[in-house]
Amino acid sequence: MVDLIAKSACAGLLPITIGSLTLTEETPDPVTSIAPFKGQSEAVSERLESALGLKFPAPNRSASKSGARIVWAGQGRALLMGAAAPDLAGLAALTDQSDANAIVTLKGEGAEDALARLVPVDLRAAHFKRGHTARTFLGHMSASITRTGVDSFEITVFRAMAGTLVHELTEAMESLHARRSHLGQ
Amino acid sequence: MRLTGKGLLDQSRSVPFSFDGVAMSGVEGDTLASALLANGVRVVARSFKYHRPRGILAAGSEEPNALVTIGRGAETDPNVRATVQELYAGLDAASQNRFPSLKFDLLAVNDLAAPFLAAGFYYKTFMWPRSFWEKLYEPFIRRAAGLGALSEQHNPDRYEKAFAFCDVLVIGAGPSGLMAALTAAQAGLDVILADEDSRMGGRLLSETHEIDGKPGHVWVDEMLDTLRGMDNVRLMTRTTVTGAYDQGTYGALERVSHHRARTEGLPRECFWRIVAKRSILCAGALERPVAFPNNDRPGIMTANAVRSYLNRYGVATGQAVSIFANNDDAHRTAHDLAAAGVNIAAVIDSRADAQVSGDFPVYTGAQVIGSSGRMGLESITVRHAGGTRKIRTDCLAMSGGWNPTVHMTCHMNGRPTWREDILSFVPTPGSVPGMSVAGAANGSFSTAACLAEGAAVAAAVASDLGKKAAPAATPKAEDGAYRLAPLWMVEGKGRKWLDFQNDVHVKDIDLAARENFRSVEHMKRYTTQGMAPDQGKNSNVAALAILADATGRGIPETGTTTFRPPYVPVSIASMGAGSQGKGFAPQRLTTSHHAAVKRGAPMIEAGLWYRPSYFPRDGEKTWRESCDREVGYVRNAVGIVDASTLGKIDIQGPDAAAFLDFVYSNTFSTLKVGRARYGLMLREDGYVMDDGTTARLGENHYVMTTTTAAAGEVMRHLDWVLQGLRPDFDVQIVSVTEQWAQFAVAGPKSRELLNGLLDTPIDGESFPFMACGEVSIGGIGGRLFRISFSGEHAYEIAIPARYGESLYTLLVARAEELGGGPYGMEALNVLRIEKGFITHSEIHGRTTAFDIGMERMVSAKKDCVGKTMSERPGLKDPQREQLVGLRPVGAVKQLTAGAHLFAEKAEPVRVNDEGYITSVGYSPTLETYLGLGFLKNGRARHGERIKMVDHLRGVTAICEVCDPVAFDPEGGRVRG
Repeated sequence: MVDLIAKSACAGLLPITIGSLTLTEETPDPVTSIAPFKGQSEAVSERLESALGLKFPAPNRSASKSGARIVWAGQGRALLMGAAAPDLAGLAALTDQSDANAIVTLKGEGAEDALARLVPVDLRAAHFKRGHTARTFLGHMSASITRTGVDSFEITVFRAMAGTLVHELTEAMESLHARRSHLGQ
Repeated sequence: MRLTGKGLLDQSRSVPFSFDGVAMSGVEGDTLASALLANGVRVVARSFKYHRPRGILAAGSEEPNALVTIGRGAETDPNVRATVQELYAGLDAASQNRFPSLKFDLLAVNDLAAPFLAAGFYYKTFMWPRSFWEKLYEPFIRRAAGLGALSEQHNPDRYEKAFAFCDVLVIGAGPSGLMAALTAAQAGLDVILADEDSRMGGRLLSETHEIDGKPGHVWVDEMLDTLRGMDNVRLMTRTTVTGAYDQGTYGALERVSHHRARTEGLPRECFWRIVAKRSILCAGALERPVAFPNNDRPGIMTANAVRSYLNRYGVATGQAVSIFANNDDAHRTAHDLAAAGVNIAAVIDSRADAQVSGDFPVYTGAQVIGSSGRMGLESITVRHAGGTRKIRTDCLAMSGGWNPTVHMTCHMNGRPTWREDILSFVPTPGSVPGMSVAGAANGSFSTAACLAEGAAVAAAVASDLGKKAAPAATPKAEDGAYRLAPLWMVEGKGRKWLDFQNDVHVKDIDLAARENFRSVEHMKRYTTQGMAPDQGKNSNVAALAILADATGRGIPETGTTTFRPPYVPVSIASMGAGSQGKGFAPQRLTTSHHAAVKRGAPMIEAGLWYRPSYFPRDGEKTWRESCDREVGYVRNAVGIVDASTLGKIDIQGPDAAAFLDFVYSNTFSTLKVGRARYGLMLREDGYVMDDGTTARLGENHYVMTTTTAAAGEVMRHLDWVLQGLRPDFDVQIVSVTEQWAQFAVAGPKSRELLNGLLDTPIDGESFPFMACGEVSIGGIGGRLFRISFSGEHAYEIAIPARYGESLYTLLVARAEELGGGPYGMEALNVLRIEKGFITHSEIHGRTTAFDIGMERMVSAKKDCVGKTMSERPGLKDPQREQLVGLRPVGAVKQLTAGAHLFAEKAEPVRVNDEGYITSVGYSPTLETYLGLGFLKNGRARHGERIKMVDHLRGVTAICEVCDPVAFDPEGGRVRG
């Protein structure tokens, strides 16, 4: 029998630390897209809640419990991360997305400022609170951005764009670090 | 000349720099302009058109003359305003638009030819003969009339783009802006205060006014300390707000590191997009020069600039300074200079009733009617009640009054309002939604008025935003009335310059009016007045006042030209920050990318993806050799190619089958579970959109594949159908392109290869042609599809992407053991051309199902997107160009894609065109070139001879028209 070797999306690229900021890869497993069928949103939400303690999230929101997270991912769709989906047969379309994305966490003082170089939405803490999520752009890439803490964000893009993602974020981190160390900003 | 102890700079901190290769020294806090003046440099540039010697006119970003080039080689920044460029140790500046030097410029001959170079000269002269324009006139004009030059090298610098959000954006940090920011911040609003200077404070840094009994700059520092201590205030220095855009978005250019030597990692500039609920424009005002004869000599400056250089930089701009004004404000220049011990040659006020007192000669009701001194002002001629008089002076401070900086309020097509009492345009309220204006930008000129208005406007903005707000307490400050009388132009012999940057003078405006360019916009274009980097900041109002006079209208009826963004020049590099080189677009790399690169495969772009072109082997001299060998793998053994780039869409739901029947022209509801089918998709206009195979994984579960090129388009189309056309369908779709690494295993030995890897082997019965199902490799679940794009017995195997690289390496190694190996896009293309399979070369957006011979795939039994439109009569005309195969049969054996088809004896000209070639490849299998193309009525013409002519490459070949399927037309091999 053959032995297939798994490789993560950002293997060989991360982690990176520049100044106060650290970029690390996240590998939640499994990741499942859950898209309720017509009229089944509440039933899906109830199943999720009884199985995992997580409701189906409202638009631009996410929730987490005991290592499992559910993140709104677009109209009528959420990604369940780090836990297997309960039986939702007939209630929702379940699609394995465990390998579909490159997922990273940007953490540290100035994370917001680094993202402000790439992301055109308002990520200020007062407006984009912990658990808030947005489908938007990071540079030229479609991305999902979620605030996971006071100074940490989770960023998700297509897996094949991992290299560009790391490059773009590294540039932003370097610029920010250079501004801080040389200009005291 | 630097005045010891004067100004706000620490004169003990000297900074060495060079100008045109001459070593000089300034002090910390200097601009290049102040340092040049301190070093006694008078001529800093040659003018745009006439190459007249020009000096520094202003002290801010409105400077029209002192454009210099900073740095050398790839690090060259041309057209930098010396008044904005901060000094740093080692700054290397050079003057522009002169040859060979500033002192001696050969093209100054243009100045002597001036009578011929008036407005409209180029339009009138260079229209004929037409062919001379490109080769003779344009290069000559470009050399003669120019600014700085680009390095023409790759830009090695880093630039940034960034986004910011706030409740209130305050534009300008002078007295009004500081009060506005404090008031808004105290009301609890998120405030951004942006100012283009390196130091905030605006005019308060340049005047001797006291505020609350303190020097202005001390009060500024206290205000800034207060603002810095507030969490909800962000101070952005060196940041010019450049434009007002829709929905409260403002562009702003931050000069991040132009004020220092290049530093690794530090961007040069950052282009900000600031989104603000409200904005308060506190951009101040710009002083107008006066159009008197020869008013452009080095040493003639605006009065406020003379005060800035004196009070802020501690630099006397001359040894015997004269002042010429039409307003009281300019008198301060004389008082400040006198107090600093600078000799005042004369104060000339055009108003007979002006009140000026001081220990210097005063001429009221007088005008400057001329000047002398080619390389720098030596004297002026004054006409006064008692006659004319020549006065020796090396610096003239002039003031024709002030223009509020209304630019930003006009960026959304607003027009400013004329105020006769101050002889200026002021912003029309409501011109930019959400923008208020305060202080000098609003025509309120005294310091006290600016302070009070800034606070009051911000309080009103805060209460609009639902905050309880009180204006910040207004400190005591001067509250002098602003008195002036009109003075646009002084008659006399010599050119009266208006737009220094574009070399436009009063006569040009008169000429434009005479030649009936009476509209201010026509005048602008005819004379070039107000164009280029300074956008007429100094000259617009004076120019239109003169146009108004020349056309016998008032200034309000004449109106202004349109103020457009950006307010100051913005580098393309900053707007395109991050997009240089590979930053232009994200890269999508397959899981097999590194393995392919390691084998030396040249990678080609397919949309954002990168795919291997071919895999060179030792001894192979051309790509064709590699390609031919790889085609052989698939035809004779087994080849491996990464097909992950094809779009994959997961489709689930009770109406999944009905949905597919609707989006595909053929039927999918009848497809059995565990089978795949080729499908054709039409656009709403009836033309072909895309093709691919879709497999049925379960009763209500399909997975669709699209072409690489159209994956995004198809996904968008399916979303549109579900949301717009058939919202009644209960279907969910999601892209799984990235979830699966998918490899084609193609060739007679493909099953043998797979059975060496699969946990459970397959055979022809369990896995016939077009079967699909779940498989397992090393315990990892995957999907297997028996589909073929080569006409051979072939499969595509999908595995979760994390195992992609591992599986690809394994497949290639096993293929090599079986006499095969990896193949690239070139071989893939040849294989499909041999079989007559289409790609987007054929379904290029202008072809129908009928054209490609697939009209029978548009099912008659059901409706689908595009069906009705595809039945329009013109779309089934036999004379349409139809897909055919082509083979060379004459002496020339080469076919080229893009060539056109003509009857063998016809002249190869447009009217005889009968079609074109879309794809070609050399078939090592059939030992001939093969082509696919479109030919009028082509299906009925198999066997005919036709002439291929490639006008671009110069190739002509006689071809035979054939069936598109050249190899294995019975299709036996694919089922083998």
